[in-house]
Parts: sequence; C-alpha cells; structure tokens
Amino acid sequence: MNALTSQSDFLAETAAVRIAMAAPRSRFSLRLRENLAPFEAALGLSLGGPLGSRASAGERETLRLGPDEWMLHTSLADAGAVEAALSALYATQPHSLVNVSAREVSFVIDGPRAAELLTLGCPRDIAKIAPGSGRRTVFDGVTVILWRDAPDAFRIDCWNSFAPHILDLLKTGARELAAEAP
Amino acid sequence: MLLIHCPYCNETLPELEFAYAGEAHIARPQNPSEVSDEDWAEFLFMRANVKGLHYERWRHLHGCGRFFNAVRDTVSDKFVTTYPAGAPRPALDSLLETSAEGGK
Repeated sequence: MNALTSQSDFLAETAAVRIAMAAPRSRFSLRLRENLAPFEAALGLSLGGPLGSRASAGERETLRLGPDEWMLHTSLADAGAVEAALSALYATQPHSLVNVSAREVSFVIDGPRAAELLTLGCPRDIAKIAPGSGRRTVFDGVTVILWRDAPDAFRIDCWNSFAPHILDLLKTGARELAAEAP
Repeated sequence: MLLIHCPYCNETLPELEFAYAGEAHIARPQNPSEVSDEDWAEFLFMRANVKGLHYERWRHLHGCGRFFNAVRDTVSDKFVTTYPAGAPRPALDSLLETSAEGGK
C-alpha cells in the first residue's frame, strides 16, 4: 500500500475499506493500429490480449482499453524514456502517444468489502473483472478506469475535475458499509 | 435495464455504459455538393422508424469507445444481435429463427 500512495494517512479508513490517493504517476494514452510487435519491443511489454488485459514490466504498466487504445502508467522519471522510445518509431509506425498525466488522479481502494463499495456507482458486475485485469467503465456517471490488483484491491483513475465527486461518494459508501450490521 | 453485448469487448454489459447513436447503415453521399436538396434532406432527416426489428448504432461510450451496430425489436426492446461496425446487415430471416430459439 505505501508503495502506491504518497502519504501513509488514508482519505477514509473503516472496517470495510480503506481509500487513499495514489502517488503521482506518468500516464500516457497510446493509440495505434495493427502491428503491435515494434511497440512491444520498444516498450518492453506485451500489448496483445483481449480488451481489459494488463501487462507490466518494471515501472511500466499497460491496460488495453479498446481494440486500438491503451493506457500506459509509469514512474515520473521514466516518462522521458517512454516518449523517446516511441518517437523513434514514429516515422515508420504512425501512432499517437499523449501524455495525460495532468488529466487524471487515482484512488487506491482496498479492504474486505472493496468490491462491494464499487457497486455503489458502477453498474457492471465487479466479480467478472478478474484480479490482474482492468476495465474502462462508468462510476456514478463518470468515465473511470478500474484496475483490479487483487480480489479486494482496486485502483480507480478519474479525471481531476470529477475526483471530489467520486471521493465523496466513496467516503460515504465506506462509512455506510462499516455501519451495516455484519 | 437493458443488457447489451459489445462485439469488441465480447461481454454483455449494462446499458449505462452505452450511448444510442441512431439508425445504422445510412451512408453519407460521397459528393454532397452534387446531391439534390431532396436527396440531401432524405439523407439528413428521413429515418425508417420501424415497428419491429430495427438496425441501429450504439457506442460503447464508457468502455472500449467503439461504435457497433445492433438489431433491436422496437416493440419488446429485446436485442436480437449486435455486430461490428462495417459488417454487412444480417439477414432478418436468420435473425428471426435464432430469436425464436431463445436468441442470444
């Protein structure tokens, strides 16, 4: 947990779930068509697999959002290396790599009832998102990217402007779940 | 709530993740400047508005972001099938048979 978060104190902590703000990461939106091999070689990780599959290598972590769209997270220090690796490919392999680090924040949610907390705003069946995968989905009307790191640990990426709304809902839900009789 | 099968994600998901995008298989004229006002109005405004099986476009807005086509019964709201954008229109006869057998 402490590796993922910038501070040790939680935004909300109840018997049911804990919610924390994730440490800042570099985030890239990668769009490309076909021929994944040169990009996999440049980034050092696999981009294939069904929608929602994830891959990671060192600091880098990708999630396949669509047939031609990926979200790439990496450390702040590694951002330059990612940009350099893909700009070398640009002449021969047209693609789009956009640094969206300033657009989004992530919340880390874990605890025995983390999956139940997400059902508060997400109409999807959370149980069908396998641990180690992720999805882009909707949370109370807001498009979010959900990463399931473990059966009871999630990360939720949302745009900055929606973060207070999402956080308020998560905090309320955390208190409600804790207040319920076991 | 409707459950919609996204042909790109290959999952059946709640309607809240999707956006409706009008009737499917309406091709924009290649040279709009050569089209008469009547034909242009036909392209812009005239829709089949069928009662029964309707070919329509949907977008998996809060998901893979892709447009795809669907066949939905406008009376029962039941989805008969969904298929990727660009794929040919499935024949109604075969759809009705599979629909009678319980459908997807």
